[in-house]
Amino acid sequence: MARSLAVTPKSIAPLGDAAVIIDFADGVDITINAGIQRLARAVRRKKVPWLIDIVPGIGSLAFHFDVAVAVDAVAATEALVSECLARGLHLIDDPVRTIEVPICYDETFGLDLGELSASLNMPVAEIGLRHAACDFSVLMMGFAPGHPYLGGLDARLAVPRRATPRASVPGGSVGIANGQSVIYPYSLPGGWNIIGRTPLKLFDASEPEPSTLEPGDAVRFFAIDRAEFDRNALAEGTA
Amino acid sequence: MTIIVIKPGLLSTVQDLGRFGWQHVGIVPSGAMDTDAHRLANLLVGNGGAEATIEITLRGPELEFEYPTLIAMCGATFDAKCVDAKGKIFPMPLNRPVLVPKTARLRIGDVRHGARAYIAVAGGIPLPLVLGSRSTYLPARFGGHLGRALRTSDRLPLDRASIPLSNARFASLRRRRGTPIDPRAIESVAWSVPIDSLPHADEAPIRFIEGRHWRLFSAAAQTALENEPMRIAPESNRIGYRLHGPRLERRKDVDVLSEPTCLGTIQVPSDGMPIVLMADHQTTGGYAKIGEVASVEIPRLAQRPPGMAVRFLRCSLADAQAARKARQARFAQLVQTIAWEFIK
Repeated sequence: MARSLAVTPKSIAPLGDAAVIIDFADGVDITINAGIQRLARAVRRKKVPWLIDIVPGIGSLAFHFDVAVAVDAVAATEALVSECLARGLHLIDDPVRTIEVPICYDETFGLDLGELSASLNMPVAEIGLRHAACDFSVLMMGFAPGHPYLGGLDARLAVPRRATPRASVPGGSVGIANGQSVIYPYSLPGGWNIIGRTPLKLFDASEPEPSTLEPGDAVRFFAIDRAEFDRNALAEGTA
Repeated sequence: MTIIVIKPGLLSTVQDLGRFGWQHVGIVPSGAMDTDAHRLANLLVGNGGAEATIEITLRGPELEFEYPTLIAMCGATFDAKCVDAKGKIFPMPLNRPVLVPKTARLRIGDVRHGARAYIAVAGGIPLPLVLGSRSTYLPARFGGHLGRALRTSDRLPLDRASIPLSNARFASLRRRRGTPIDPRAIESVAWSVPIDSLPHADEAPIRFIEGRHWRLFSAAAQTALENEPMRIAPESNRIGYRLHGPRLERRKDVDVLSEPTCLGTIQVPSDGMPIVLMADHQTTGGYAKIGEVASVEIPRLAQRPPGMAVRFLRCSLADAQAARKARQARFAQLVQTIAWEFIK
């Protein structure tokens, strides 16, 4: 990966009167997203008092203001972003973390493995092998606390979302759809194709850093068997 | 030193001004839906404004106060009574400080006007901070009281200091203006917050700013949003208000890349029925944004119950900012006026 990344704002638009959103890409572009993540971190490090939330999207970056602070926040945000971009987004200042996520591709967890095997014309075992070989990165977090959207899915695993979403997907479930992978941090409704489950705790509000993953993290899955899943789940308290 | 929940009401949660700095990992600020009423309730008991209060919705709870406590109830108009230890019933005055006697019960019934009210106590409700806030975030079940709405027999702890605090603050209030000596009333003061300084569930239009996907919508959809009344659907909640009305069609079906949202985003799924994102909304979404409700209007919208009509009025960003500044200035005056009553 390049040691520095350049991104260029395409447009800036108000998000109500207490936030702005800057667009960098219309489609999913992992390199641009990596630049957005570095920019978000560079602005965050400045600890500007009137910026209360800095939220990366897949091709955009939003800045939420503290409206109690009197400042022309839109102009001030543009100035901040220009300053950070002029300085350059250097990986050496801010190395990417790699988070290793254990996953069990057992069919009792991979609720959609059977259907996917048929629709992708691929043996069940190959789905897990291909998924665990992907270099993922957290493009965005949202939908629920600690819930990542992971870019970098093997093109051979391209599938749409399920026609009918499930009312409840078990916590830890790992899904694929739309060229991405997700992990459900706890039991939630969802329409992604479930291929396995991780015993890793992804969200704990009682921790000072509540989310295991952050936008911009690199993520690698590694396969574990059912026995190891059960041991890990006990240790993590996710059993 | 506790508040005992005798009956929980329809949806009673502990809230403060919200949990900031975590939206990048998917945690929304949440907090009071009507932050103005929440802050006023706090100010009326001599608090700073950010202390945790109880947000009550449509049908109120019944709460027992173990010791004399200075409280205030602010926001929507509820039928509310105070029942003392001998079973004597007094009407509960709204929008003003009230010293409820030992083991008194605050019995709150149905809402008469509006949707939500806030019950503040002197010193605040000292539940543990979760990620910097005491707000209950129901979808992920954390914050507030055990991450959930109040239930029968719950006990909310109060600070030991809240008894002397309640008495000292009420003594200040009494010294300044005296207490109405009325054997049929519970101890309160002769003044209240003027009702027009509270967000109202009136019929006035809700101002919004064009969203970044405004131009994706048909001219008919744009006109409809501005001119046709919509109705707040029954399934509306703290996450979002679903609106029934004209279908807001797009010019063409363009995929919108999933991106950050904000409080007040008016998003339109493919069925054309808009949803206004409220306090517990998701931090990101993939639906087109036809507009964003001006921040000054959020408390007014939060006071509209399901079934009530909403009309929208488009305004410029500058107008929304000016309206917010004007509101902040009026609020600052109110803060001064109320704080004056507590000066010894």
